[in-house]
Parts: sequence; C-alpha cells; structure tokens
Amino acid sequence: MPSSEAIRDLVAACVGQVGAPVTALRKIVDTHGHIEDEHVRIVADVFNLSLADVRGIVSFYADFRTSPRGRKHIRICQAEACQSVGSRALTKEMTEALGIALGDTSEDHAVSLDGVYCLGLCASGPCAMVNERILVHATREELLR
Amino acid sequence: MSRVLVPNEALANALGANELARELQVRGHEVIRTGGFGLAWLEPMLVIDGEAYGPVQDLDALDAVALGPLAKLPELVRQQRIVFDRCGHVDPMDYDPSWLLEQLEREPREIIEEIKASGLRGRGGAGFPAHIKWQTVFDAVCETGAPQKYIVVNADEGDSGTFADRLIMEGDPFRLIEGMMISGHATGADKGIVYLRSEYPLAAEIFANAMEKAKALGLLERFDIELFIGAGAYICGEETSMLESLEGKRGEVRFKPPVPAVAGLFGQPTLVHNVITLCSVPGILDMGGKAYAEIGTGASTGTSTFQLAGNIKRGGLYELPFGISLRELVEDWGGGTRTGRPFGAVQVGGPLGAYLFERHLDTPLGYEDMAALDAGIGHGGLVVFDDTIDLVQQAHYAFAFCAHESCGKCTPCRIGSVRGKEAVAALASGEYTEDRLEVIDELCDLMEQTSLCQMGGMTPIPVRSALGEALSRKGEVN
Repeated sequence: MPSSEAIRDLVAACVGQVGAPVTALRKIVDTHGHIEDEHVRIVADVFNLSLADVRGIVSFYADFRTSPRGRKHIRICQAEACQSVGSRALTKEMTEALGIALGDTSEDHAVSLDGVYCLGLCASGPCAMVNERILVHATREELLR
Repeated sequence: MSRVLVPNEALANALGANELARELQVRGHEVIRTGGFGLAWLEPMLVIDGEAYGPVQDLDALDAVALGPLAKLPELVRQQRIVFDRCGHVDPMDYDPSWLLEQLEREPREIIEEIKASGLRGRGGAGFPAHIKWQTVFDAVCETGAPQKYIVVNADEGDSGTFADRLIMEGDPFRLIEGMMISGHATGADKGIVYLRSEYPLAAEIFANAMEKAKALGLLERFDIELFIGAGAYICGEETSMLESLEGKRGEVRFKPPVPAVAGLFGQPTLVHNVITLCSVPGILDMGGKAYAEIGTGASTGTSTFQLAGNIKRGGLYELPFGISLRELVEDWGGGTRTGRPFGAVQVGGPLGAYLFERHLDTPLGYEDMAALDAGIGHGGLVVFDDTIDLVQQAHYAFAFCAHESCGKCTPCRIGSVRGKEAVAALASGEYTEDRLEVIDELCDLMEQTSLCQMGGMTPIPVRSALGEALSRKGEVN
C-alpha cells in the first residue's frame, strides 16, 4: 500500500497537465484501488482546492470508488448491446451465486460485483471484466472460475 | 517461414490473439501485430502470406477456417474503407509522415474549402457541418488574437453498440494524429488533447506509443498532443461536459452559447470533434472534397463507420456510404440475429437513439432520413434485439441510464429521469392506465424542451419509440 508521501508524489507529478486533479485521482485509484479521505486532503492541498471541490469530483466519476474493492473484481456490462444477448440474466445469476447485489463487495473482501457501461466489444456480448482481464461471450462459469 | 498479420485489438486479444502471436513466433514465423479489421465474428483473424483465416482457435487446424485471399474477402472488398483503409493491414507504428507533411504545407483556407466542399458532418451524433466549426475557430484568431486555440478529440465513446473510435485508435492511431494536425494547421491551433475513456486501456497504450513515435518523427514540434483518460462518466462525451472534465472538474455541462468554437477549453477557441470526424479528414484531402461529396446520399455525404452490435450473427464495423438501408445492414451484412430468432428491434445511435422495428427497416441511413422517423444515426452504432425484447423494460432502462449518468446540473434531466423511471416501473407492474401514460408523455415533452443538453433532451427518444410500440402491440392483442 503506497504511503502518504508516495501518494503526494503521485499527485504532485500531475501538476501542469490538462485536467490534473482528475488525472491525479485516477492515478490514486490505479495504484491504491480506492480513494481515502487522506488522499482527498492531499489532492486538495496540492491543487489549492477546497475539500468540497475534491469530494465533488470524486463523487462525480464512477471510477473513483471510495471503498476497497474485493480481491476479485467482476464487472458485467449493463448496456443495451449486452442486454440483447442476456446480460440481465447473467447479472442475476451472478448476484445469486455470490450472494451480493450489483455494486457490492463480499464481507470477506474476496469479491466485488459491479456494473460497467460498455467495454466497446458490443458484437461479442455479454462482456465482462475480471480484474484486468476482458471476457466476451461471458458465462457464469467463467466469471466464477 | 511465413509473414503473419495478427491483430493487437481488444476483442481479438480477449479471444486469444496474444497467445496465437506468441505461438507463431515460437514456430519461427514473422509476426506483425496490426489493428483489427472489425469483423468481430471472424476474430481472432490471421492473415498468413496474404491468406485470411478466422476465427482461429488452433494453428494446426487452419484449413477449417480458411477464408481465401484477404484481397478478395467479400466482407472487406464490398466496403468503402476511407477512414479504415490502413487499419488491419499494417503495424500501426510503421508510419511514413511524408503525405501528412505535404498537407501541412497547404493554405489553411484551401483546406477549409475542401472540408466545406466535402459536406463532412460530425460523426459523434449531432451531424453538425464540420467546416462551420473550423471556420469559426479559424476566424477567432483574426478577430480576438486569442493566445491559444485547441483541438479537442472526443474519444469518450460511451454509446453501447459503438467501437469505431476504439478500433481506429488501436489499429491506426496515426490516422487520428493526421486529422488532428491537419485541423490544427487549418484553424491555427497548435495543441490537441484526446479525451479517451478509461474502458479502453489498449487504445490508450497504443495511442501513447504513437505519440512517442510522432515525437521521434519530429511531428510534435509543430503540434503538441496530450492524452487524457476519463474516469467513467458517460456524460463527458457531451462536449461542454468534456471541457469541464479537461479542466479537472466535475463534468457538468455548460450553457451554450458561447459554443466551444468561440469559448471552449479554458475559455479559448476550441475545435471539438469526434475521433471519426477527424479521421475522415485525411481521406477527404486525399480524394478532394468534391469527390467525397459524391459518396453517400443527399446531405449525408461520405462514408459512415457503421457498427453492428448486440444480438447479431456477423457483428462488427462496416464502413459504407451513407444511404444503405437498415435492412441491408442487419440482414445482408449482419446475417440476422445471433440467437436465430426473428428480428425484434434495432436501437440506432446508442442509448439516446430510437428503437426501430421491422416496418422501418427499408429506411436509408442518412441524417435526414433518420430524423424523419424521429430517430438519429448517433455515432453509427446499431444494437439488434431478437423478438424476445421487452420494450417496456427498455424504456425503463432509458430513464434509468439517464438517472445514472445525468450530470445533475439541470432539473429536467436530474429529476425527470428519476420520475420517468418510477412511472415506467409503475406501468410495468400494473395496468396501462391513462393517467400514467399522460405523466410519461408530459415528462418527455418537458425533458425534450428544457434540458440543457442532449442527455435529458434525447432520453425521450428511446422511451417514446419503445413504449409507443409496446402499447400499440398491446392494443392489437386486446
């Protein structure tokens, strides 16, 4: 887990870039997995923004989660192209198999189940991601593997 | 030893292209990682010494998936690939800038005249004539002497059923760099920013490599390019929301006017275009605007990069002249539904697009023809459903998606979408009562007429087209 100093360095490295506060928050999520209060304070400090400004940015973007995700992060596309080939049924099967709702993380932090709106593989749905791996023609069995 | 083209493209990779490339190298073949051809059902597709094979699962059983010579593959030969002419054939980093450098010697006014003559309209969805934006940004220098102008590329391809931006950025990133640099030269902008969605990591990696290559070629000395990765907000595909996001803020839409061409990024004149609009520019300059205008139908000139998606047998990207009918695309190119069930509906142009039905299928795909059906082409994505489609559920989803993605700035969209979702849910759970329908209808009117941007303004399109059809079918049953 990166230290506060490491996070501050990461954030400071974004200064001067277009859209820097958004990019800084994305880098925090990329390295740390989620954004903590401490990180919000660092971003506010580095960019001379109010805490409310930064919290506003965090709450706006779907990628900026504020709670730790499970070790296995399953994301199932919820958009129309995947709906047309059974993503609703697949999502329901997964919530039942894992015992958690869409958007939730299991209590032991083993798995998070999220929706995603389009991975751009729309002729080969239903599409999903397990951590960084992309699955097309996804099935329950593959997602649970 | 053979020369083998292996796509390095997100779909092909998900289906095993990386593993195939490694195995081919182990066997001593010359492997060239190219872009994808966009023929989704043939991926992973290999080209071995000019012969195409796909979908390849096993390198020792290629005969079973032989497609014949690539140069004669009907699915490619019958297209008119102007934007995608190089994509799939070449290593995207193998780039010779001489053609681009020639174009950058041309007079800006002359380039804008070519764009005007071509009739090019925005490929992101609005279909606004490109040359008007170019002229506005060009003029902005003369009148105000603004210190900085920008090219902003909209690669926040969030519409379900679309993947043209992804395919070109993975397969031919220099086509986009050409479009950016030419438009920058023509309008007097020397900085370009690509706003790419975070769901496209491979496109980000390949485009970043292309930027390095462009730098090594000395191209970035005259035009600076920056790549910005979004953070999972559909609304940031709306141009003013995108500009806010690029300024490091919440992506809340802005009031218009002023339009971005007058006051855009950081208040400066900004040319905002979709990836495919800019990627159409090199082809236009190459063949001449007048020749380009002869392709297509009416005021819909040139080619569109149609993307067939959803429940479809032969899905993928087909670059074809505007004017092809929905039926030709869905039936001839797409081969009908993947499930083999009867066709049910096609949603054209993403989540804000209309659901169209059997009786609409002979409509030509042109901006005006689609507008006559209260529909649009959007970014050229077509999502096909079979006859099991639940139209009330899709109308509910249209409101739910709007509620999920609304930036929250204007009330009609922020609250209207939530109330609409509730009303359709009530409709679905019980009787179709007259007062419920009136509520939904009035809400749609209100959202259409008073929303700040097209998110709220166009959500009624899928709602009305889906619900209207569901109700008329119910009427037939009763």
